[in-house]
Amino acid sequence: MIKKTSDVASSEITPKSTYVNRRKFITGAAATVGAALAGGFYLRNHFDESTTVHAGGAKLSGVVKSPFSTSETQTSYQDITNYNNYYEFSTDKYEPNGLSKNFRTRPWTVAIDGMVKKPKKLDIDTILKLAPLEERIYRMRCVEGWSMVIPWVGFPLSALIKQAAPLAKAKYVAFQTVLAPDQMPNQRSRDVLEWPYVEGLRMDEAMHPLTILAVGLYDEVLPNVDGAPLRLVVPWKYGFKGIKAIVKVSFTDTMPPTTWNRMAPDEYGFYSNVNPHKDHPRWSQAMERRIGEFRKRPTLMFNGYDQVASLYSGMDLQKNY
Amino acid sequence: MRALPEKYLRPLKLLAFVVCLGPAFVLTWKGFHNLLGANPIDVITRSTGRWTLTFLLITLSITPLRRITRLAWLIRFRRMLGLFAFFYGSLHLMTYVWLDKFFDVHDMLHDIAKRRFITAGMTAWVLMLPLALTSTAGWIRRLGGKRWQKLHRLIYFSAAAGVVHFIWLVKADLRRPLTYGAVLVVLLAFRIFLWIKARLSSRPTAVRQAIHT
Repeated sequence: MIKKTSDVASSEITPKSTYVNRRKFITGAAATVGAALAGGFYLRNHFDESTTVHAGGAKLSGVVKSPFSTSETQTSYQDITNYNNYYEFSTDKYEPNGLSKNFRTRPWTVAIDGMVKKPKKLDIDTILKLAPLEERIYRMRCVEGWSMVIPWVGFPLSALIKQAAPLAKAKYVAFQTVLAPDQMPNQRSRDVLEWPYVEGLRMDEAMHPLTILAVGLYDEVLPNVDGAPLRLVVPWKYGFKGIKAIVKVSFTDTMPPTTWNRMAPDEYGFYSNVNPHKDHPRWSQAMERRIGEFRKRPTLMFNGYDQVASLYSGMDLQKNY
Repeated sequence: MRALPEKYLRPLKLLAFVVCLGPAFVLTWKGFHNLLGANPIDVITRSTGRWTLTFLLITLSITPLRRITRLAWLIRFRRMLGLFAFFYGSLHLMTYVWLDKFFDVHDMLHDIAKRRFITAGMTAWVLMLPLALTSTAGWIRRLGGKRWQKLHRLIYFSAAAGVVHFIWLVKADLRRPLTYGAVLVVLLAFRIFLWIKARLSSRPTAVRQAIHT
């Protein structure tokens, strides 16, 4: 059968003006979506721009590899520099990057004093040449329950200690962060922590080959947000032991005060070794979230650096946390 | 006029609903666009937690606002605001149950018993649960206005437990949790003030005189 030419009443035929309008509408809608996407991409790029690191960044030359490095997947530069505790700038982990961009790392001297044969003031550029720079890819476990894998550039702390020639009676090393309330907004308030930030290590911990002073990250000069120009890295301890922007290293025969221990002695001990069996009084330390991963992973004793266990043999690590 | 014509109420409620969904929408949008930073789960946990407390405080501010401004119709928004507090509180709890503990019941029970900030947070959510369940007109009728009102005073304790939860979980710098605490104290103080005022004025003159002699 031949179909009737048309069952459609002429009144049902869409008038041209309407379908043209519809086309216009679709074009308009597409344009709007396009504009929104473009705007989104612009914002995203802009976002990236505003969160890139402003200091540091200069390439470090002659960096040698180290057998102490881990081969685990490294946390991105973006995440390392934009998710970080630096209470001198902010208690928010996302803010220190922006707030520290104008922090001045030159001129910079580090005072070495206390029980040493040769007390001295070292310029940062002298310190940079004390020892060959090494890449140390370390796990970093924060006391808050998250972790990263960070390719530091630095040299063993022992190289600096040897320069000072500590006396035999020196049993501890104390570190101090710069006090610069004009540059570090939170240092203007005592509500956050007691300033300046202080940390300490036992001499054998300080001399351990894993303990380094970091001056770089990802083969570049250390960005301000990560403690430029000089910070401590002790990979088997919780991250807060890694004191940033160091201006003083002192040698003593008594256990030096440490900032978090003073703040809450029942929560943060002097040693603060990573220990999945010793919970923080307010949360468990058994698991951690590696930044970039979805599921939590078990935390390892001494953050997986078993070679330091002998430093604590015979010690009750439940008491000496 | 103080009264709000019924025809404005529906669109206003719809607008309020959309605005209240805003934080959840922003989180979802950022999540899909990788804008939640290095630790997205942490951001989601903190954000939903803060919005829970914020909505609890907004809900609690309806009565003082209504008294001060004499805008009686504000009460019509209270249930929605309270339910949004429960909504964000439940999302917050879900991030803990799912993204933090991966439904490990044993571990969670251990946490609730051992960690006081978790205990406080759980208490705050559990106290909201009967309020959300009895938020319907049917339940107001079944319980009777007076009893329903009494039950819903649990929100004071839920909000207080929420603030304590926040105070107990921070490492240092109590300024943010204490800000929430200060607002809560003001909102509760207003109710104590109303209560004292009501008691004084309801007392028969004879009794009042007896006290003064």
